[in-house]
Amino acid sequence: MKLFFWQPWLIPLLPLVGALINGLFGKRFSKSVVASIALFFTGASLLFASVHAYTLLHSGADALETSYGTWIRAGSFAADFGIYLDHLSLVMMLVVTGVGFVIHVYSVAYMEHEGGYYRFFSFLNFFMFFMLTLVLANNYLLLFVGWEGVGLASYLLIGFFFQKDSAANAGKKAFITNRIGDFGFLIALFLLIQHFGTLRFATVFNIASSLPAETTAGLLTAIGLLMLVGACGKSAQIPLYVWLPDAMEGPTPVSALIHAATMVTAGVYMVCRSNAIFSRAPLALLAVAIIGALTSFFAASIGIVQTDIKRVLAYSTVSQLGYMFMAAGVAAYSASIFHLMTHAFFKALLFLGAGSVIHGIGGEQDMRSMGGLRKYMPWTFWTMLIATLAISGIPPFAGFFSKDEILWQAFSSPHGSKIFWAIGIITAFMTSFYMFRLIFLTFTGEYRGAQQDAHSAHADHGHVPHESPWLVLAPLVLLAVLSIIGGWVGGNRFEHFLAPVIQKVQTESPRLQVAESAAIPTSEHGEKTGESKALETSLMSISVLVAFSGLGLAWFFYVKRPELPGKIAAASGGLYKLVLNKYWIDEVYSAVIIGPLVALSRAFLWQIVDQKVVDGSINETATAVRGVSHVVRQQQSGLIRSYAGWIAAGAAVIVAYMVWMGTR
Amino acid sequence: MTIPISWYLLLSAFLFACGVMGFLIKRNIITIFMSIELMLNGVNLSFIAFATRFGTLDGHIFVFFVMVVAAAEAAVGLAIIISVYRTRETLNVDRVNLLKL
Repeated sequence: MKLFFWQPWLIPLLPLVGALINGLFGKRFSKSVVASIALFFTGASLLFASVHAYTLLHSGADALETSYGTWIRAGSFAADFGIYLDHLSLVMMLVVTGVGFVIHVYSVAYMEHEGGYYRFFSFLNFFMFFMLTLVLANNYLLLFVGWEGVGLASYLLIGFFFQKDSAANAGKKAFITNRIGDFGFLIALFLLIQHFGTLRFATVFNIASSLPAETTAGLLTAIGLLMLVGACGKSAQIPLYVWLPDAMEGPTPVSALIHAATMVTAGVYMVCRSNAIFSRAPLALLAVAIIGALTSFFAASIGIVQTDIKRVLAYSTVSQLGYMFMAAGVAAYSASIFHLMTHAFFKALLFLGAGSVIHGIGGEQDMRSMGGLRKYMPWTFWTMLIATLAISGIPPFAGFFSKDEILWQAFSSPHGSKIFWAIGIITAFMTSFYMFRLIFLTFTGEYRGAQQDAHSAHADHGHVPHESPWLVLAPLVLLAVLSIIGGWVGGNRFEHFLAPVIQKVQTESPRLQVAESAAIPTSEHGEKTGESKALETSLMSISVLVAFSGLGLAWFFYVKRPELPGKIAAASGGLYKLVLNKYWIDEVYSAVIIGPLVALSRAFLWQIVDQKVVDGSINETATAVRGVSHVVRQQQSGLIRSYAGWIAAGAAVIVAYMVWMGTR
Repeated sequence: MTIPISWYLLLSAFLFACGVMGFLIKRNIITIFMSIELMLNGVNLSFIAFATRFGTLDGHIFVFFVMVVAAAEAAVGLAIIISVYRTRETLNVDRVNLLKL
């Protein structure tokens, strides 16, 4: 029996302790104490996570499930406080604690000059707690708690600069958009309870794996589609992606941690976790793939014309999440998680690098006012270049391996199709283009912010760009290393690593699982020999070629002929405007959904339901009571003899009644 | 020859009814007060009648209690009446109506 304190429940709880200490007493602490507390608890969580990962891998078990008592019991339904540690949650856990810790370190220096230092770290730790609850939960209900918790943390952190209207509104937008998704997810959970009687992962997947795959829309398809709605909200997919670009109002470390590396991948995690359900619902799976492919293409096209450095990255995140969904949608769950992991590294790095840039030039976010920053901040430049190479899918950087795996799976998987692959390739091209556009606009050429600064009277705004302190750069370097080597494990080995999670549920009986999971890799390898090997190589070279051509085009447009983009934009006219304004999606939503909803709420819910029905019923009750009272009050005359009369009359009635009863 | 109990009860009811009527109709507090005594004694009469009829002492004990309470009540009541008269200079109950809203 291991020590109680040596158990995985500490992993999520440690950050909560940090959040509570900083949240309750942080105001009285100095900044260094606040930072030490936050770093200590996150670091301890990372340490524990690594220890438990090591334990799991060396125990040889597929999964370790520990329950710490019943949380809810209602009839035959029960939900536990339980931790489910398998290879999937292990990857997620290490990504969350690892990237989370690095970003905490970064924030120490980055947030130095912002108000509410303790509040920031308290929220950040709070987020870590819920995120770890989400990935470590052993049932859907606990996962949902984490799911909502990270939503709350996201809301708090997006609106961190709450004096700014835009930040407060962005927070609300994120929260409300997520509610729509959560509604779908919640109904999926209700369906699970109704038909499976439990929300425990192991049981649900066991039952699901005994069901045959659905050819038409059935129960599993319904559950899968509703889960997809939830995942769309959390992971910013069409049609609920609109909150993520606005979420960039939050501080940059928040964008890196929550809106790039961890929280937004919760939807991907959930879909992959539920692969037992999705794999048996081909229609739901197809919907996942279509939404993923569309989102990746759509968001990438918007990213091309954005000028705010963080918004480019935001749309890039949406696009990359679309990639992950596409992978999950062709039943390549391991490729999806693989990309999730590498994306966490390089996208966090890109955001942190962008933060370093914004910091270095005094808060400017518009790339048109940057340029030539390479000589001012070389560390930031090189690390961001590595991340850009990674996201563009240029070997041997991490993104190449995961993206290539996704494209290959989209092409070759039984659920895949050449259309998905084509969309993926086009998206890869656009990704490479807009990422290098960002790099070239930001770091090459001449610094364009200086003239504007000369105009402004503020002395402190007119400073030259400077490199960030080492506490900001160290996380960049660390993440850059991860962005290089993170993919070297390779798609096949990663798939083999996740096989217990993915394969187990696809077999009919649990006894077969060992044989099958052992058989899969060999058949995979056998499959990849011969012509399919050649096919894979040619697909790989196409994707690399596409990445380089994106790079080349960006170089041509933004280094060689910087006047061209403006001309093309002017020439394409309407199309450019359409993309620049993000396809008017926000406007369409506000006209089609929000406007009527507000009007309906105002005219019907407020002025009729609330004012007439709710308030009216209260007022009418009061009026009625007053009317009755007015009548009844008459007998309270204050005349003793009238009271006596009432008493006598009452007594007479009672006597008469008793006499009547007696004579009957 | 014994008088049937119903006669006693009729007399008792008559006395009680007289008391009630006096209580309700009369305006003078002292008269009202006497009406209360009349009601009490009407009740006492039925107690005694039943006690004699069943040959037990319970009724007698009740009557003693009632008489004690009546005596105490008379003392307190008369004191109140005197103080009411001193402050209001009237014994008309309809004019002693400070409790009325």
